[in-house]
Amino acid sequence: MRTHLDQALEKAKNENRAALIAYIPAGFPSYEGCKKVISVFQQAGVDAVEIGFPYSDPVMDGPTIQEAASIALRGRTGAAQVFSTVKHAHESGLATLVMTYWNPIEKFGVEAFAQEISNNGGSGVITPDLPIEESTQWQGAVQASGINSIYVVAPSTTQERLARVTSHCSGFVYAASLMGVTGTRTSVASGAQDLVSRIRKETTIPVCVGLGVSTREQAKSVASYADGVIVGSAFIKILLEAKSEAQGLERVEALARELVLGVREAR
Amino acid sequence: MPNGEIIGHFGPYGGRFVPEALIGALDELESAHKSAINDPEFQAELTHLHATYTGRPSIITEAKRFAEFAGGARILLKREDLNHTGSHKINNVLGQALLTKRMGKKRIIAETGAGQHGVASATAAALFGLECVVYMGEEDTQRQALNVARMKLLGAEVIPVTAGSRTLKDAINEAMRDWVTNVETTHYLLGTVAGPHPFPTMVRDFQKIIGEEAREQVLALTGRLPDAVLACVGGGSNAIGIFHAFIPDANVQLIGFEAGGDGIETGRHAATITGGSPGVLHGTRSYVLQDANGQTVESHSISAGLDYPGVGPEHAFLNDIGRAQYRAITDAQAMEAFAIMCKCEGIIPAIETAHALAGAIQIGKELGPDAILLINFSGRGDKDVHTAAGYFGIPL
Repeated sequence: MRTHLDQALEKAKNENRAALIAYIPAGFPSYEGCKKVISVFQQAGVDAVEIGFPYSDPVMDGPTIQEAASIALRGRTGAAQVFSTVKHAHESGLATLVMTYWNPIEKFGVEAFAQEISNNGGSGVITPDLPIEESTQWQGAVQASGINSIYVVAPSTTQERLARVTSHCSGFVYAASLMGVTGTRTSVASGAQDLVSRIRKETTIPVCVGLGVSTREQAKSVASYADGVIVGSAFIKILLEAKSEAQGLERVEALARELVLGVREAR
Repeated sequence: MPNGEIIGHFGPYGGRFVPEALIGALDELESAHKSAINDPEFQAELTHLHATYTGRPSIITEAKRFAEFAGGARILLKREDLNHTGSHKINNVLGQALLTKRMGKKRIIAETGAGQHGVASATAAALFGLECVVYMGEEDTQRQALNVARMKLLGAEVIPVTAGSRTLKDAINEAMRDWVTNVETTHYLLGTVAGPHPFPTMVRDFQKIIGEEAREQVLALTGRLPDAVLACVGGGSNAIGIFHAFIPDANVQLIGFEAGGDGIETGRHAATITGGSPGVLHGTRSYVLQDANGQTVESHSISAGLDYPGVGPEHAFLNDIGRAQYRAITDAQAMEAFAIMCKCEGIIPAIETAHALAGAIQIGKELGPDAILLINFSGRGDKDVHTAAGYFGIPL
């Protein structure tokens, strides 16, 4: 079964460019504010949105996303708000993913979670702290619900392991550009390109790169070798620093438009 | 390795729930641990360190005056408080520091709650010439200021963590972020039997010496096995350390005492097995204090070392199969036992340990004067003098 995400990535490929995937946690900067950010992403020409499930112990996130998650949790964001945000994003026309640490899925119910994603128009779920060895139940659930399962691989992942992890991926493979947590960086690690070429030896499904991408130049550079560019902290930083919601949305849109150009000028 | 066959599980608990970036380091650690435990040279080096640096074997003290408060049962204290650095934490730290050397890494990071594991880590780093960074919740740096000073004297850098509840849970989050970033040069010297595989197994292997010694010592002293083995449980390393040798002894009850804080019914506690539910936290599946969305709930305890919303996966398993039982001890019960131990035996316990002592008072009354109770006296109370003075209204 082809998801909306599969189609969005194929469309970008047909246009000989990388896709732009934008990340925002549900409930940030507020429940309604998040929906506005998603609409802005759509208007700016973003291809897919990744909705974060805010979690109390985000060990893979740097200070920016940690702060956004705390704000979302103080606003009582839970599974119900995540699913309705997925629905909003889907209805606005964006291919929609959820990125979540594992415990909220396990607590909600593994099969029910995958089904709710599907019911609300979501294409798939990124599970950054779920190794394939712990994935048996999850794999059954995503297959039953017809959604994509996206795993993250790192520069330290061995070639032999890349073969096994990518065989569990559908939609795309999430290549973490560096060893570290989320956050903006002055440059995208050179290891990212090596990792992408190592992944391509093992699979033909698209490879998207995340961690540390925040500018048009960086997006352009990553888009020269990856099928998709994932940007998160840069948008969140803007929203955290904005003096008003209107100013934040305006600046998010400006950055999104820059990045949309970046992924189009690489090839 | 096919799906679901990864080792490092205790029934449905344990496993590895970590970013892919750490899998290589965990594999490396697992194989270093495996080769070390089968290497007589490694074992000889660790044994020598324990004999000449830690002060092992630790002694058994019979607490006869304390026993009067515990139904007259024989109370045998396994004196881990007499170890160098003042608690059982050194057993694990020396083992992992030797592994760090074996893996060729030069930097260790550690989390600490009460500061005992941080002090032990800083000590081992000084001994082996390693760089040491200790993450400690800001609230804990205040209530355990003495241990912060000790770590600094030993040459470690102490980083106060201001995220979340500013306690042990957040210190572990920050240590994991450091590890993901610096994994090539750095070993994460985790202090308890939690975290992703191989930590629960490896830390247990370095702590089980407590129970192995104590089992022989109790047999020599009393001619039989104890009726019950008692320990406090935060993450659970001292408890698994003393329980492990007794697991095959079906007639020996294993009882862990969790921090009940203000009482389970108040919601302000750290009794993870008694008051929590199965979930995933810090890379392992076990019991967790969590809400309906799977968000970790903040724990509360007068004892910084027990103030943790998770627990080691082997304890979760021992609980579910009924081999061990877990009970909650409130702050007030722990402090009452603390005072009795000070005044009747001349030993100031760590407040963590005082939870096990309060448990001994309960269990002694239940089992009566013919019973023999073995209690892991896991740490000394010097670090808690400030807290205890405040609690009992002693002006400083």
